[in-house]
Amino acid sequence: MSQPLTEDIGGYVAGRARWHPLEIAFWIAALASIFLLPNKHLILTEIAVLALFALSLDLILGYSGIISLGHAAFFGFGGYVAGLLAKHEIVTEPVLALLVSGFAALVLGFVTSFLVLRGSDLTRLMVTLGVALVLREIANQIDWLTGGADGLQGIVMAPVLGLFPFDIAGHVAYVYCLIVLFAMFLLARRIVNSPFGLSLRSVKGNPLRASAVGISVNGRLVAIYTVAAGYAGIAGALLTQTTQFVSLDVFSLERSADVLLALVIGGTGYLYGGIVGSILFKLMQDYIANLTPQYWQFWIGLVLVIIVLVGRERMANWSAPLRALLARLGPRAAHGVRTARPSPAARPSAADGP
Amino acid sequence: MAAVLETVGLVKRFGGITAASDVSLQVEKGARHALIGPNGAGKTTVINLLTGMLRPTAGHILLDGKDITGVEPHERVHLGIARTFQINQLFADLNPIEAISLVVSERMGAGRQWWRLVGKKREIIDDIVGLIEQFHLADVMYDRTAILPYGKQRLLEIALAIACRPRVLLLDEPAAGVPEAERHEILATIEALPKDVTVLLIEHDMDIVFSFADRISVMVNGGLFVEGKPEEVARDPRVKAVYLGEAVDV
Repeated sequence: MSQPLTEDIGGYVAGRARWHPLEIAFWIAALASIFLLPNKHLILTEIAVLALFALSLDLILGYSGIISLGHAAFFGFGGYVAGLLAKHEIVTEPVLALLVSGFAALVLGFVTSFLVLRGSDLTRLMVTLGVALVLREIANQIDWLTGGADGLQGIVMAPVLGLFPFDIAGHVAYVYCLIVLFAMFLLARRIVNSPFGLSLRSVKGNPLRASAVGISVNGRLVAIYTVAAGYAGIAGALLTQTTQFVSLDVFSLERSADVLLALVIGGTGYLYGGIVGSILFKLMQDYIANLTPQYWQFWIGLVLVIIVLVGRERMANWSAPLRALLARLGPRAAHGVRTARPSPAARPSAADGP
Repeated sequence: MAAVLETVGLVKRFGGITAASDVSLQVEKGARHALIGPNGAGKTTVINLLTGMLRPTAGHILLDGKDITGVEPHERVHLGIARTFQINQLFADLNPIEAISLVVSERMGAGRQWWRLVGKKREIIDDIVGLIEQFHLADVMYDRTAILPYGKQRLLEIALAIACRPRVLLLDEPAAGVPEAERHEILATIEALPKDVTVLLIEHDMDIVFSFADRISVMVNGGLFVEGKPEEVARDPRVKAVYLGEAVDV
């Protein structure tokens, strides 16, 4: 066994998870936004919540190929749990309540994960959409608990960690959301760079071969769907906690569609797509709404059509040339230079004929 | 010699078509067993049944005498059965290092670990290096699988099966579509496998079959037709008839 090759491969494998300078710059910029943009904290909070939600969707769409049009089911569930915990003073401390809400969504994710195991993309779209609709209607019907169509009112949030009360300008809320986003991002980064994360990409790339090398395809899909649901639940809980209100709108199709749009704009499968996409999406929404308050949906719709026409894969991969350039400039750290289109030779084909 | 892998009266029907009818095959431990037959004879169906990708309509599959008919495909890999595919089944977005490390991690039971980074274990790296060298993939190991030349993809296809460290290896036309020059590389790596690894080979190239196999089974129309040592099968007039396309009375 040749020594240089061992060093090359060992170095490459170890370097896959190394932090790229751009990543560090990105998080420093995020930190700087706390101090440099104090009057933008309200929209930045919205962006952070959407970013965490989109990160959650990236875990299932970008890393395991499960497409969902009902991811708001978990977002909304986490949101309502957080609202109820605070309103009825069951768990008052926000961070703890956040974890409980995330766990509740995680359990819901586990239970419903079995529904997305079978079938094609279309089946999954419909099943996930259906689950979100069902939850919305349940929340609507049990109005003694949820407030029904009026939303859950009278939520008063305790100070974060008992020390930092939420303020009207949203400074505490933004710092809180940013820290949660960063912590959840670190965890997600760890997950996708683990052997488990690599196996997810194999399941996405070629489930037939994945099972032929000993990977339980269904087991992995259940696991990541469950984790992603927990992520979405935490995002929803953050929304409730920072706005001190939750309504049926958290389950809406629009919310599921928005997060998918944000993720697609940013690009799937490299974790930053959801965050970058959320920034672009929210800024675009904000900018257009200021220009034409009545017709902003027209422009959002137009952008949506363009994205679809250009093609999800090309769109999702708009940053590939940039990443390729970075890979060439930087050390071997940029592990993810890949186009989304598999070649015919390596595409999973139908099972071999008899 | 004890049979490591055995089928008992295996039947597979797709609607009205019988792809495998009453196949009772015994593969002995350490054998170099070839499964041959005309196109559509049901050879790949047998492989799919052995690996669990298809469920038999009737019959049983035994590994070391234990019934594994109901065992899931990925669990059979952990029991020691691995296969290659006639048409490459690879991970287009992963490079050879990632693909091999994925399989090696999985075999070592690390595939469910989400808290550890890939390849922190020394023995995993050593295994990857060994396979990259053995299959001559070092020059393309950073390239995405999708852009590799076909010959390299074919080598990776086999490397992924070997990375499972199988006790029984099922090779479905490993040399299919590989240019003559690269064919030797593939054959050499197969012949270099440890003697205790049992190999069941499907192949159309008779030169390969007769240079490799110590036992040959011939399938025709979904059923086992003739079985024996290579020289016996070569002499068998019925086999000649099948391969020359003449009708025979069975």
